[in-house]
Amino acid sequence: MTTTTTTPPSTVTPPSTPLLNRFRVPAGFALGAVLLLGIAPVALSDFRLSLLAKYLCYAIVAVGVSLAWGRGGLMVLGQGVFLGLGGYAMAMHLKLTDAAANGEKLPDFMQLYGSGDALPWWWKPFANPGFALAMTVLLPMAVAAVLGFLVFRRRVKGAYFAILSQALAAALSIWLVGQQATTGGTNGLTDIQGFFGYSLDDPVNQRMVYFVIAAVLLLLMALARQLFVSRYGELLVAVRDSEERVRFLGYNPANIKLVAYVVAAGMAGLAGALFVPAVGIISPALIGIVPSIGFVIGAAVGGRASLVGAVLGAVAVAWAQSTLSDEFPAAWTYLQGLLFVLAVGFLPGGLASLGVVLRRRRTRTGTPATGETA
Amino acid sequence: MSGLSISRRGLLAGISAAGATAALSACGAKTGSDTSSGSAAKADTSGSTVKVGLLNSLSGTMAISEVTVHNSLLLAIKEINASGGVLGKKLKPISQDGASDWPTFAEKAEALITDDKVAATFGCWTSASRKAVKPVFERYKSLLFYPVQYEGLEESPYIFYIGATTNQQIVPALDYLKKQGLTKLYLVGSDYVFPRTANKIIKAYAKAKGLTVVGEDYAPLGSTEFSTIVNKVKGAGADAVFNTLNGDSNVAFFKEYKSAGLTAKSLPVLSVSIAEEEVKSIGTQYLDGQLTAWNYYETTPGAANKKFVAAYQAAYGKDKPTSDPMEAAYISVYLWKAMVEKAGSFDVAKVKAASDGIVFDAPEGTVTVDGATQHVYKTARIGKVGSDGLIEEVWNSGKPIKPDPYLKGYSWASGLS
Repeated sequence: MTTTTTTPPSTVTPPSTPLLNRFRVPAGFALGAVLLLGIAPVALSDFRLSLLAKYLCYAIVAVGVSLAWGRGGLMVLGQGVFLGLGGYAMAMHLKLTDAAANGEKLPDFMQLYGSGDALPWWWKPFANPGFALAMTVLLPMAVAAVLGFLVFRRRVKGAYFAILSQALAAALSIWLVGQQATTGGTNGLTDIQGFFGYSLDDPVNQRMVYFVIAAVLLLLMALARQLFVSRYGELLVAVRDSEERVRFLGYNPANIKLVAYVVAAGMAGLAGALFVPAVGIISPALIGIVPSIGFVIGAAVGGRASLVGAVLGAVAVAWAQSTLSDEFPAAWTYLQGLLFVLAVGFLPGGLASLGVVLRRRRTRTGTPATGETA
Repeated sequence: MSGLSISRRGLLAGISAAGATAALSACGAKTGSDTSSGSAAKADTSGSTVKVGLLNSLSGTMAISEVTVHNSLLLAIKEINASGGVLGKKLKPISQDGASDWPTFAEKAEALITDDKVAATFGCWTSASRKAVKPVFERYKSLLFYPVQYEGLEESPYIFYIGATTNQQIVPALDYLKKQGLTKLYLVGSDYVFPRTANKIIKAYAKAKGLTVVGEDYAPLGSTEFSTIVNKVKGAGADAVFNTLNGDSNVAFFKEYKSAGLTAKSLPVLSVSIAEEEVKSIGTQYLDGQLTAWNYYETTPGAANKKFVAAYQAAYGKDKPTSDPMEAAYISVYLWKAMVEKAGSFDVAKVKAASDGIVFDAPEGTVTVDGATQHVYKTARIGKVGSDGLIEEVWNSGKPIKPDPYLKGYSWASGLS
């Protein structure tokens, strides 16, 4: 848990010519957009594309992790909670519209496990698409705001903050399992048929869901980058590196951290909302402690302080999990743990910093005369 | 910096424009319209081999149970291949790891159907994993054979339920307890769908048949803290405990049960999720004399079972027990083979149409496929755990019971679904 104080090398402005630097970021975004929106849909089969859609949902969570953990030093080990809230909000709406389309009053699982024939009061507003969509983002943000407000005010940091977010993840998943009649219990909400009037059975619509997810990811990355380079982004890094100094300069670190935490929660909520049409299921298994740690591993391996590193790391780890767990089912969990330990312990900047680390080593060994004269 | 932000804004506009065009360019089927067109995946049966999918958790918490099912499936496939295959084609098993994670099950099911183009898939254990893959098999119109007893209340046109439904396990168990004069029941279960639904059925039965439920408690899956629950059981004045705990929790529960001074004589426990494999891991000394409800035991008499047990132990080790879900998995491959051969084709619609009335001489006794519900007729068997760790049958239903997943034939169950 000492990771919160280590300083990943900044990857925003490596020394290079101003002209190159000016076009580097837009060119990167354009390349990402072409890859995701142009090449991937043509090159991949329907099934592979739906897998990529799922990985991109994890990548959206990783954008938030990059902001809160990479830039803000907040070890967010409970992002499953926010993904779950967003996912359930979306799934509740879709289950209600499915039921209405079939001419039924209640979603299918409630007819099986429910004890009454009335819809629970807290389900009712989710029949409204506007309300449900807003809730996918606002509900996680509100929960994060309340928790963050209480926690950061009291200057809870590091391992204690990580444990708290884990406890929240465990509590929410246990609660959901217990409420079988109204939440579907361990099964979660499954068998989602339609997405705002479009049948999810149709491969064309599945592709549309992919486009929506890819576009959202690109937009959020642009938004996050804007935050990174803004005044606020500088402050956030300052709080991560030396909270006391920022306090003495007259800022309130609690508020600065709160914003990062809440924005990250909103992103995870949106990821959850998009996960539901992409995968067709949301269940407590996605919310608990293990998946919550999983969200962080991708970002850590790729490079949590680097937006692109975190996103690519999340996609790569999810892809590796799908592929390797078939070949080595028993070994995958160990490998995942090992990756996390190695990344955090030896390469805090993740793979994104590998180039920087190597370059530094080369300059150190190759040309000892420059710079490093004590 | 200013130049950068302008180009970024331009880029944002570009991205949203791209997204919007993509969104407008293609519009698929609306909900409610006929979706039967197009999406059905074709199984590849053109070569000299036919692929079949095995979808079990080979890692994670469920691996300990599901690996045994996986082994039984492989054994059945090996035997079928040794005797010439199905319609002259050898079966090629493709294993996918569900990793005890429900969305992973859905993903792997889709991989088996669309990438490997399997003719049928065998597997899943937990209800949650079955619920997760059900829409996938329905979307691609592909078959799943599910080998585990479950909570009923389901009939998917693309799933064959080879394990018992509630009227072949839980209802006969209640009949048995009532006949023994054990009328005050305490319900203990893990907190998930099967125990909660089972207990709902038990309460409806109790209300109609004059039994009383004196207590009901749930422990989180994997929980090992049972002193409170056992104390409550002890003080409740029950005649018997109906146990729907799953997995590791049973170990802790029965240890606590014994140390509280409760025995099979003073307060019997009837369990529906403890088979031979679990008896071994819990410890025979804790379970001696306790009751179980299944459709198959390793000790079930008959030549078919002798052959199955011998073949399994020859393949996987002399000390390996066989259990009900393993047997159901084993026969599920044979039942599919019989359906395909009767249909003369691997085509899913033809296989489904041919399924009704298929009879198979299974290790558990004769089973018959009921085409209407896609369940099988099974004999209910109550067993008693012996000091050798094996389960001896003390009662059976005499003949196979017709599957009734929605309990339509039971007047007391009318309010359940």
